[in-house]
Amino acid sequence: MIALIKKEMFNDRIREVLSFVPSAIFPAIIFPAIFINDKGLFEIDDNPKILAAIIAMIIGIISRSIIATIFSGLTSYWFLIFVV
Amino acid sequence: MSNFKVFLKGIIDVSPLMIPVVPFGLIFGVLAIDIGFTPIETMAMSLIIFGGASQIVLLQLFSGGASSLVIISSVGAVNSRHLLYGAVVSEHLSDLKLVWKIIISYFLIDQAFAISNDYLKKNKDSNRYFHLVGGGATCWVIWQSTTLLGIILGAAIPEKLGLSFAVPLTFLALLVNDFRKFINVIVIIISGLVATLGYNYIPFKAYVIVAALAGLITAMILTTKMKKNE
Repeated sequence: MIALIKKEMFNDRIREVLSFVPSAIFPAIIFPAIFINDKGLFEIDDNPKILAAIIAMIIGIISRSIIATIFSGLTSYWFLIFVV
Repeated sequence: MSNFKVFLKGIIDVSPLMIPVVPFGLIFGVLAIDIGFTPIETMAMSLIIFGGASQIVLLQLFSGGASSLVIISSVGAVNSRHLLYGAVVSEHLSDLKLVWKIIISYFLIDQAFAISNDYLKKNKDSNRYFHLVGGGATCWVIWQSTTLLGIILGAAIPEKLGLSFAVPLTFLALLVNDFRKFINVIVIIISGLVATLGYNYIPFKAYVIVAALAGLITAMILTTKMKKNE
């Protein structure tokens, strides 16, 4: 895009909206991966992914760290499926 | 500073941001093999697309049986933020030859943009773009080597570990800074709800695109409203 686009083609409004692209796209992956099971069914009872994702989110908000978010989510998920 | 020193500075500046790329690359390599891609296909994906989030979206949709058209447009949508990066950086690169511009646009990924955008703003030397090349090349080496490591490890990691859960976690991690902003939180909820509720009803597995559009339209409406209230 650097090669093809001139700066003037992108006004502030488009830049502003494009800055929301991650917030608009990533949840479309996150939510179904948590709430919908392998059979394509909505699963809310007995679903350790929900709690693990909430823990990861809280850790993420506090720490602002990508690694801490992934790590806390995975360890709490493993704790829930293997220990509890 | 010499070209090499600027290049080196790019490498040093981007290095801290490489830590989270390591598990991301590993997860991609492991999952691709798990889904049934060959090692060569997996490696080629990393070499050609060179974009973590979009490659994992590709795997997710491919394993769900989505059509090529839906996969290509979803990958394009995920990578559309690079339009923004390109547009922002282009003012610093307008004097360069086309070949250089094409090379740099290949290396212009999230982390390289984050560090070099600052550098380009503060420095006016004619060779300042070497900083971006240094940062981008570092990301490239890390991404390719962790993909390869994931391919090798893929067979050794038991399915019971539920590593596919690392996918939503990785994307969650990429949004940590957005959870603090009001409009972003609303956009996140709208997009997530549309994707989940539409998962079985939106044809061709196009739920990623439909949910993303719903999110973006929400963002447009909310930002317009906020401006009016100011």
